[in-house]
Amino acid sequence: MNKIANRQVICDVLTEAAKKDKDILVVCSDSRGSAALTPFADQYPEQFIELGIAEQNLVTVSAGLASCGKKVFAASPASFLSTRSYEQAKVDVAYSGTNVTLIGISGGVSYGALGMTHHSCQDIASMASLPGMRVYLPSDRFQTARLIEALLKDEKPAYVRVSRSATEDVYEEHMEFTLDKANIISEGKDAVIIACGEMVPYAVEAQKKLTEKGLSVGVIDMYCIKPIDQEAIIKAAKNAKHVVTVEEHAPHGGLGSITAQIVSANCPGKVINLSLPDGHIIGGTNKEIFQYYGLDSEGIAKAIEKEME
Amino acid sequence: MDSLTKKSYELRRDIIEMIYNSKAGHVGGDLSVIDILTVLYYKVLNTSPDSRKDPDRDRFIMSKGHCTDALYAVLGDRGYFDKQEAIKTFSAFNSRFIGHPNTDVPGIEMNSGSLGHGIALGVGMALAAKLDGRSYRTYVVLGDGEMAEGSNYEAMMAASHYKLDNLCATVDLNGLQISGLTKEVLSSDDLGEKFRAFGWNVIDVQDGNSCPGLLDGYKLAAEFKGKPSVVIAHTVKGKGVSFMENKKGWHHGVLTEEQYTQAVKELEEVLL
Repeated sequence: MNKIANRQVICDVLTEAAKKDKDILVVCSDSRGSAALTPFADQYPEQFIELGIAEQNLVTVSAGLASCGKKVFAASPASFLSTRSYEQAKVDVAYSGTNVTLIGISGGVSYGALGMTHHSCQDIASMASLPGMRVYLPSDRFQTARLIEALLKDEKPAYVRVSRSATEDVYEEHMEFTLDKANIISEGKDAVIIACGEMVPYAVEAQKKLTEKGLSVGVIDMYCIKPIDQEAIIKAAKNAKHVVTVEEHAPHGGLGSITAQIVSANCPGKVINLSLPDGHIIGGTNKEIFQYYGLDSEGIAKAIEKEME
Repeated sequence: MDSLTKKSYELRRDIIEMIYNSKAGHVGGDLSVIDILTVLYYKVLNTSPDSRKDPDRDRFIMSKGHCTDALYAVLGDRGYFDKQEAIKTFSAFNSRFIGHPNTDVPGIEMNSGSLGHGIALGVGMALAAKLDGRSYRTYVVLGDGEMAEGSNYEAMMAASHYKLDNLCATVDLNGLQISGLTKEVLSSDDLGEKFRAFGWNVIDVQDGNSCPGLLDGYKLAAEFKGKPSVVIAHTVKGKGVSFMENKKGWHHGVLTEEQYTQAVKELEEVLL
């Protein structure tokens, strides 16, 4: 069982990169602990900027820094970053095209029993609708590392959502990774599961369960929500009888909506969207919440079996 | 008349032309802020069309972005682009001279228009200067109505926390906003006290439409060490055109032919 959370990996990659590049800055809103960025702050205090509990300021100050040549990684809980400072993300990051990577930590229902104020079940929809903003939900620690390494090489805005707890490994350390290309984990003729973020390990597990029952099921890790890998979706949708999306997000405006838009325009067919509900989410650990809403491997497998009947 | 004041009245003439042509813009605030912009762009800012990519240039952010018409007039006059293009195409279809500052226009450092972003952008720029050991300064111009935006106060805290004495804000305190008197819409009395409480050095310029007075204020700001500075410029909305002065209706009023002729006549009389 992997115990390294994706947020820790982000800290490792940035700490390594900061050794050689003094323009890399990490900016936090009293969030260095939650973001697992304390080691970075301790090692490179001159490249770490604390702005206190002020997310609007976090984002706009980051844009100001980036406009002067800095490579800024601004980390704050996804719930606040994607709503409290949404206008700042729209104007100062996306519209102005500043070199700011917004890191939404403890995304989705990571905060479990803390409730709706702390959930970010709308961040794919909000961030993906901003012209100029890229949106990524990496699945495991290895993909997270490759993603951050890739984002360090360009100068465009991005929003990255990661969960709070460690997720099961999907890949091996030296996995193949191409920015903005989905990872095709397996191919299937009966159904293809398109998942992102923390849902990917559950999708892989569901695929195994269904394979044991004689079904041919594929899994696509769509960590790149925007720009989305349309080609991968169209190819998979043409090959499989059913397209099933799985996301830790509200039903509107997320991976399911975007996938359905692409499928309906290119190879019309039914897209089944497994997501959190459009309503208050039950309290509990994130695993309990996933189970309750059918987003664990059991729930995903059941939904597909039902569709196959 | 000193040359800066003369320049500010020539620019007022350009603004009236732009507003009359386009039937758009925010003429009242343009006329209150134009002296501030004139002093900054002709005497204070270490920047020019040739140095607009120079990492050591001073930075300027128009936080009260709706008064971009005044900024276009100054930038065009300083040679960042053909001023006549701005006057003739402001707010027209497919023009780069849209109703808020955008970086497609040479000389504009950052997009703006949504209020309450300027100080925070300035904090980022001033922090970057400190981190890189560069001596450039960052200037931000705000409106007094804009000071109701809470994001300003987050940024004010950060600026004093980081002792950003290379950051200078200006509040164009004309006392009016779209709905009426600022003190009646949402009072921001004692704005200087608010900045002081947030750890800023406050410079009060009693006549914020006096170019020599503003210049003295900016000199004090540049000399002050250890804290960010704010110039509170007490201005008159619509300054220079008698029928616009202190009238809320001219926040974004459009001139009739008769009003245009009258405005031009008054401004040219000052320039004689």
